[in-house]
Amino acid sequence: MSQSRTLFDKVWDAHVVRPESADTPAVLYIDLHLIHEVTSPQAFTELRQRGLRVRRPDRTLATMDHSTPTTPRNALGVIPVIDPQAIAQLDRLRANCADFGIPLYELGSSNQGIVHVIGPEQGLTQPGMTIVCGDSHTSTHGAFGALAFGIGTSEVGHVLATQCLLQYRPRTCAVRVEGRLQPGVTAKDIILAIIAKYGVGGGTGHVFEYMGEAIRALSMEERMTICNMSIEGGARAGMVAPDDMTFEYVAGRPYAPKGADFEAALARWRRLPGDPEARFDKEMFLDASALAPMITYGTNPGMGMPIDAAIPSPEQLPDASSRQALDKALSYMGLAPGKPLLGHKVDVVFIGSCTNSRISDLRQVAAFFKGRKVAEGVRVMVVPGSQQVKRQAEAEGLDEIFRAAGAEWREAGCSACLGMNDDKVPPGKYALSTSNRNFEGRQGPGARTLLASPLTAAATALTGVVTDPRTMLDGVATV
Amino acid sequence: MEPVTTFSGKAVALVADDVDTDQIIPAAYLKVTDKSGLAEGLFKAWRYLPDGTPSPDFPLNRPEAAGATVLVTGRNFGCGSSREHAPWALQGYGFKAVIALSFADIFRNNSLKIGLLPIVIDEASHRELLRYLEADPDTSVTVDLPNQQVILPGGRAVSFPIDGFAKHCLVHGVDQLGFILQQEESIAAYEAATPAWVNTLRPDERG
Ligand code: SF4
Repeated sequence: MSQSRTLFDKVWDAHVVRPESADTPAVLYIDLHLIHEVTSPQAFTELRQRGLRVRRPDRTLATMDHSTPTTPRNALGVIPVIDPQAIAQLDRLRANCADFGIPLYELGSSNQGIVHVIGPEQGLTQPGMTIVCGDSHTSTHGAFGALAFGIGTSEVGHVLATQCLLQYRPRTCAVRVEGRLQPGVTAKDIILAIIAKYGVGGGTGHVFEYMGEAIRALSMEERMTICNMSIEGGARAGMVAPDDMTFEYVAGRPYAPKGADFEAALARWRRLPGDPEARFDKEMFLDASALAPMITYGTNPGMGMPIDAAIPSPEQLPDASSRQALDKALSYMGLAPGKPLLGHKVDVVFIGSCTNSRISDLRQVAAFFKGRKVAEGVRVMVVPGSQQVKRQAEAEGLDEIFRAAGAEWREAGCSACLGMNDDKVPPGKYALSTSNRNFEGRQGPGARTLLASPLTAAATALTGVVTDPRTMLDGVATV
Repeated sequence: MEPVTTFSGKAVALVADDVDTDQIIPAAYLKVTDKSGLAEGLFKAWRYLPDGTPSPDFPLNRPEAAGATVLVTGRNFGCGSSREHAPWALQGYGFKAVIALSFADIFRNNSLKIGLLPIVIDEASHRELLRYLEADPDTSVTVDLPNQQVILPGGRAVSFPIDGFAKHCLVHGVDQLGFILQQEESIAAYEAATPAWVNTLRPDERG
């Protein structure tokens, strides 16, 4: 093919089983299907009713993460589940996996964790793959140059039964991030700034490809943080062209190809980055060197600002509907327009979720916590993204640092990201969270969420009020 | 699935942009293993006061809104979580269509799969429809899927775009999974021709 193609084009083209026609969407092959307890049961019911089997259980992996508690293990080493509905949902997943031959990383088992943390960790997530999950943050896996997106339960059924999806080709959007981040500013701040600039619907209908100097300089885990929140910008997927850093990250992981297979895979992966002449349907731009740590003040991830800015006033906004939205958001949040967020008291600090619960996130937080105490009256939860992250953190002694600082060190899972399990933020209370959504009630009915980076979360945990991490970098190692 | 063609129904306006699926159905309702109880949780935090009584100001709670089958809302409806529970909840409550200025991608896909019509109309027609609803909350619209038109209360027909394949499936009651299953030969050929990208997972694999 002589035409120049983007990374997305190459991955898409390689997975078309039947091309799009005037009357029908393309039939797209899915390399890896991840499932969890919440969005899969009805799909299995559909399969049973129709007498269908799972076409490729060997390309399907299940885990338990959303409705699971993250309370420490009991004397028997078991994580106790108390909520009867959660028990029923977990039992159902167990039975479905057993009946259809799907591998399952059970609650408490050594590889269990948040679905978007375990894929990359196991080496299942590889460049050039198509990956889906009944979960919108599947976009995380795009950090490896995979085309990864969230689907609904009907489509989970389609993939279980056929390993394929009906899809129209989305449009592409280049997101250029140039310049170098200043100390104390992180990947999380880049993505929060992009969403603040282009809005929560800015990427609708598009697949983002993040590129530019700032993106190339990021580690794989930082790239995952950025791709993770593509959906918050309205894009279904976000991708980063794979490079040596990607290949090194994948190499040697349990499901990564080995030996000659790895060499063959590498040769294919190196051809994935977009051609220099390839065109995008849309472009976005951000200067990373000018960036401050970001924080949200409202009830969608687009309502974000530099941490040292003042909360915008509805009068500053151009149209009636955004004025009304900001009014409503600030009234829910109990925040005043024109006021700074710096110094605002918080009740909970949540460090976790598929956005920021990997080992590098925890190391950053530990560097801040080392030898210090979290503020009186603030509940600080540190929730590793997976059992493997947890073991790694414990091997490095990070858990000791968290505990000594007065933070809770919990079991792996989605935890307080979504207000579905026992970890919730009480009504009216303020939580500074490293997660991805600040929607009304997201962390529990009435909960008020401020989204920010792990560094901002760590600094805020120590002071008890919203704090710019740049003011606390002295004496902090590794950041 | 029952074919979806043309219907008339009462419309109710929820004037807001960026309504996320956490508002449509909060996570606490996602613990089901079927589709039961979801209508109860629809817009839970907006529909009820903290003491559990219906919030009198919420549009769906107004007496005129009883029996509404068309929801009229703003831009980027259904953003956020991919939960299909959101369209299930709307459908379970009785809605057959949502008219908006735009939809989030996953919500639109999910809705089309279950026959809840995601209808995008132009801004002028949207304003006109809201004006009718303000003037007379007991207003009906007609949705004509085969002709891709919404008939406003004044009789004006407004065209809307829709994914042609999804429309075909809805109008004729064709099942999308059935269509993919018919592609078995192509799928098998694709699998045979493509090198395995993933080391095979074994069913006895345990974390
Ligand atoms: S951590 Fe939060 S956003 Fe990520 S998969 Fe879990 S619930 Fe979804």
